[in-house]
Amino acid sequence: MKSLILIMIGSALINNVVLNQFLGICSFLGVSKQMKASASLGAAVIFVLTLASAATSLIYDHLLSPLDLDFMKTIVFILVIAALVQIVEMFLKKKSPAVYRALGIYLPLITTNCAVLGVALTNVQDGYNFVESVVSGFGTAIGYTLAIVLLASIRSRINEDDIPAPLRGAPIVLITAALMSLAFMGFSGLSF
Amino acid sequence: MKKYLERIWNGIVTENPTLILMLGMCPTLAVSTRAMNGVGMGLSTTAVLILSNLVISLLRRVIPNEVRLPAYIVVVASLVTVTELTMQAYLPELFAALGLYIPLIVVNCIILGRAEAYASKNPPLLSAFDGLGIGLGFTLALALAGALRELLGNGTVFGAQVLPESIEPIGIFVQPPGAFLIIALIIAVMNAIGIKTRQRKLVESPCDGRCGLCSQACEQKGGAKDE
Repeated sequence: MKSLILIMIGSALINNVVLNQFLGICSFLGVSKQMKASASLGAAVIFVLTLASAATSLIYDHLLSPLDLDFMKTIVFILVIAALVQIVEMFLKKKSPAVYRALGIYLPLITTNCAVLGVALTNVQDGYNFVESVVSGFGTAIGYTLAIVLLASIRSRINEDDIPAPLRGAPIVLITAALMSLAFMGFSGLSF
Repeated sequence: MKKYLERIWNGIVTENPTLILMLGMCPTLAVSTRAMNGVGMGLSTTAVLILSNLVISLLRRVIPNEVRLPAYIVVVASLVTVTELTMQAYLPELFAALGLYIPLIVVNCIILGRAEAYASKNPPLLSAFDGLGIGLGFTLALALAGALRELLGNGTVFGAQVLPESIEPIGIFVQPPGAFLIIALIIAVMNAIGIKTRQRKLVESPCDGRCGLCSQACEQKGGAKDE
């Protein structure tokens, strides 16, 4: 149990997926303009990342590893993730239109979100078992949501400010991200 | 001959993937801690780009339009695996330094973006040169970011001592926050001297979400709604 909590804290805060490992930067910078969109994307990422970690962990442990096909993991994982996102999308559309309307447009975005593939590969690299992989996937997604929601709320404030012309647009967002990353480095004191 | 050279110029300058189009930010931020890592990452991506553009261009009349994206992904993922294994065998040190980011070349927007935007519509040789140009542009951008970070954060460039030892380097530049900061400064300088990034406003709806494939997915969804 203790190790699971450590994995959770580690993946959500200490090794924050966006601010420390630079995965999922595209959507982090792109979608964070609006608070509501960020929160919805965060929810979609939590959903998909947890499922994808579970699926890839099962496939690796029971298919790739016994058959000695370790080198196929990149190809297999990316296809599994793409298929999974499609299935989730179809399922939600049919079974729960309300959730689909809230998350729908973000689901295809997630296939190319490198955080998903990144976590699946890290789980294998760190030799996590099924439960540990799911916890690590969930924790990473929480970290992603935390970062994007924080950035979105900071950006809504920045909009009102008088920023020097060359820094307007992308640079000021990146500088904000730099400061957030600096703050998150403080969590590395938490590593046990 | 001229149009081949034009492709290379286009990739390095006119459509520089990182500095002008702002694609592939993940690896740019992540591996630019050292100039050498940047070059290594850039060249691995270049290799994948040339080959993927070539293969996809050769297959452009064979791949059915409806399943083209999954087909591209399989092609790119196979090439990335080949590159990964080759590096592991011949360049183990660089491979260890770049780690996770080598397999993640698969989801680099630049590669699928070029496949979709160029290789799927143009002849093989021209596509290969397009890949070379874009790859070199990416490599140069990574080397620039890497060299600046290494200089400020470590006092060296490509491992050679540049700043006198008496000047204390600013360690934060080789840490994660330094990556965001350096890229922000590079873009700010470009803005100041009037080089326009072609990235429009940082995205209103998620469907402007930049990455080649993301916008693809959105288009498909939009198309599906019309039907």
